[in-house]
Amino acid sequence: MTALSVEQISCHYGGLKALDSVSFSVAEGARHVILGPNGAGKTTLFDVITGEKSPSSGRIMLFGRDVTGLRSDRRAWLGLARTFQITNLFWDLTVEENVLLACLAQEQSRRVFYRPAGSFPDLVAKTRSLLEEFGLGKLAKVKVRSTSYGEQRQLEIVIALATQARLILLDEPTAGLSGEATKLVTRLTGNLPATITVLLVEHDLDVAFQVSQTATVLHQGKLIAHGPIEEVRANPTVRQIYLGRR
Amino acid sequence: MSRRYWIPAVGLGLLFLSAVPTLLPRYAIDLIAQGMIFAIVGMGLDILVGYLGLPSLGHAAFFGLASYGLAIPVTRLGWAPWAGAGVGLLTAAVAAALFGLLAVRCRGVYFLVSTLAFGQVLWGGAVKWTSVSGGYNGIPGIPRPSLFGWSLWEPDAFYYFVYAVFVVVAAMLVLFVLSPVGKILTGIRESESRMRVLGYRNQLYRYMAFSLSAFVTGIAGILMAYFNTFVGPDSLHWSLSAQTLLMVILGGAGTLLGPAGAGILLVVAQNLISNVTERWTMVLGLLYVATMLFAPRGVLVLLRGLLAQRRPSS
Ligand SMILES: Nc1ncnc2c1ncn2[C@@H]1O[C@H](COP(=O)(O)OP(=O)(O)O)[C@@H](O)[C@H]1O
Ligand SMILES: [Mg+2]
Repeated sequence: MTALSVEQISCHYGGLKALDSVSFSVAEGARHVILGPNGAGKTTLFDVITGEKSPSSGRIMLFGRDVTGLRSDRRAWLGLARTFQITNLFWDLTVEENVLLACLAQEQSRRVFYRPAGSFPDLVAKTRSLLEEFGLGKLAKVKVRSTSYGEQRQLEIVIALATQARLILLDEPTAGLSGEATKLVTRLTGNLPATITVLLVEHDLDVAFQVSQTATVLHQGKLIAHGPIEEVRANPTVRQIYLGRR
Repeated sequence: MSRRYWIPAVGLGLLFLSAVPTLLPRYAIDLIAQGMIFAIVGMGLDILVGYLGLPSLGHAAFFGLASYGLAIPVTRLGWAPWAGAGVGLLTAAVAAALFGLLAVRCRGVYFLVSTLAFGQVLWGGAVKWTSVSGGYNGIPGIPRPSLFGWSLWEPDAFYYFVYAVFVVVAAMLVLFVLSPVGKILTGIRESESRMRVLGYRNQLYRYMAFSLSAFVTGIAGILMAYFNTFVGPDSLHWSLSAQTLLMVILGGAGTLLGPAGAGILLVVAQNLISNVTERWTMVLGLLYVATMLFAPRGVLVLLRGLLAQRRPSS
C-alpha cells in the first residue's frame, strides 16, 4: 500500500516558487530520504504534507485518502507526525510535560478538565516509559529551555514518536549535532518498527545511506531524481548539482 | 514552589482569611471581602493571560456585564436577587461566547486591542443608554439575597459568603490548571504549530478557556454588585481591566494563586495608600516598573526562585 503520494504539488512564497509540480510516492514501511541543497524546498514539502502550508496546486494523498483540504490536526489523527528542522518544543514546560502533551494528543483524556493530568495512570506510565526508553528520565523535571541542543533534538523525535503515527517526517534530525549524538539519532530512527513509514530530510549522506533504501532529490523546487538510493546516487544530474558540491 | 512551602502557605492564608471577621475592624473586613472579589477576577484572567498567553485589556466587560445583568432585572423588574444573579452570569457567558468567536482568532497585540475595543464599546453603551443603565449615575439599590436563612445584609454573613465563593472558585481552577485541558492550554501558549501537528484543535481549547475566564470574571461581577449594592459604568471601563491585568502580572502570570494574592494585597494597599496620597495610580505604576525590573515573571515566581536557591538539593 502507498503511505504517501505527492501529486503535482506546486507551492509559492509570494513570487518565489518553492515547489514546482513535484510528484512522487512512498510505499508503506519504507525508509525514504529527501535530498537536496539548502533552499531546495524540502521543509516546504513537509509543511505541505502536514497541512501547515497549503499548496497552490496539486494533491496530497495519505494512506489512499485525499487530505489536500484537511487541517493539520485532522491529518495527525490519520497517523501523521513530524519533527521540525528548527526545534519546536514547549520551551517553558518540563521535558516530562512535553512528552505528556504528545502522549495525550490522541487520548480520550484530552477533554478532561476536572482531574489532575497526573491522576491518569496510563498517561503517566506511557510518558515515563518513553522518557526512560530514550534516556531522558533524569531530565523529566527540567525545563526544556535549560537542556542541551542535543537533548532538544532528541526530544523532537520522542514527541513525534509518542502519538504512534504510521508516517513520520523527520526534518534534518541530526543537523548541528556532534558525531556521538548523530549516531544516537541514527539508531533511534533505525529502530522504529518496520510497519512505520519514515520520510527523512538529511544532509549527512552517510546517515542517509545507513537508514534508507529509497530517495528523492529536489533542486530549486523541482524533482530531479527518485528511486532506489544507489540509482539516485549514480544519477549524473544529481552528482553534478548535489554531490558535486561536497 | 515545592509542596513543602506552598501547602502550608495556602493553608495559613485561608485560615487567616476565615478568621478576619473575628480579628479585624469592620472597614478592614469589607476591604478584604473586596480583595477576595478581585482575587477571583485575577484567577479568571490568569487562565487567559498566564496559561493561554493572551493578555486581555477588556476583562472588565464581563465583570460589568454580570453586574448590570443582575442590577437591571432586580431593580427595574422586581426580580428576586438570586434570579438576577442567574441573569447576570448568563449575560457574561453569552457575551463571552459571542465575542470569543472573534477574539480567539487574534493573537498578541491584536487580541489586546480587540478586547480593549470590546470593553470600551460596552462602556460607551452603559454611559449613553441612560434609560436602561442609568448612564453615569449607574443603578443604585441592588438588594442582597439571603442564603440558608442568613441575610447577606449581615456584614459577617456577606464576608463568609464571598470567602466561600472565593475558596470554591480557587479550588476548581487549581484542579482545572492541573488537568489535561489545563496542560494543553500551556502547550498552545508555547507552540501552536507543535500542538496542531500533534492533533490538537487549538481553536476549540482557546475558545473554551476564553469563555471560562469570562464566566469566572462574571462571578466576581455579581459579588461586587451585591457588595456595593450599586453598579456604574466604571465597572466596564478599560482602566479596571488594566488594573486587573497588572494584578496578574505582579502576582505572577501562570501561577493562579499569585494573581489571587496580588488581588487581595493590592486592594488593601490601594486603600492604605489612598489615606496618605491621592496618587494611587502613580504608586501602582511604580510597583509595575519595579516588578518588571526585579521580578519580571511576577512576585510569586521570584519568591519561588529565592526559596529554590536556599535549598539547592531540590
Ligand atoms: N516563510 C518563508 N517565506 C518566504 N520564503 C521562504 C519561506 N520559507 C522558505 N522560503 C524559501 O523557499 C525556498 C525553499 O525553502 P525550504 O523549503 O526551507 O528549503 P530546504 O528545507 O530544502 O532548505 C527557499 O528559497 C527559501 O528561501
Ligand atoms: Mg529545510
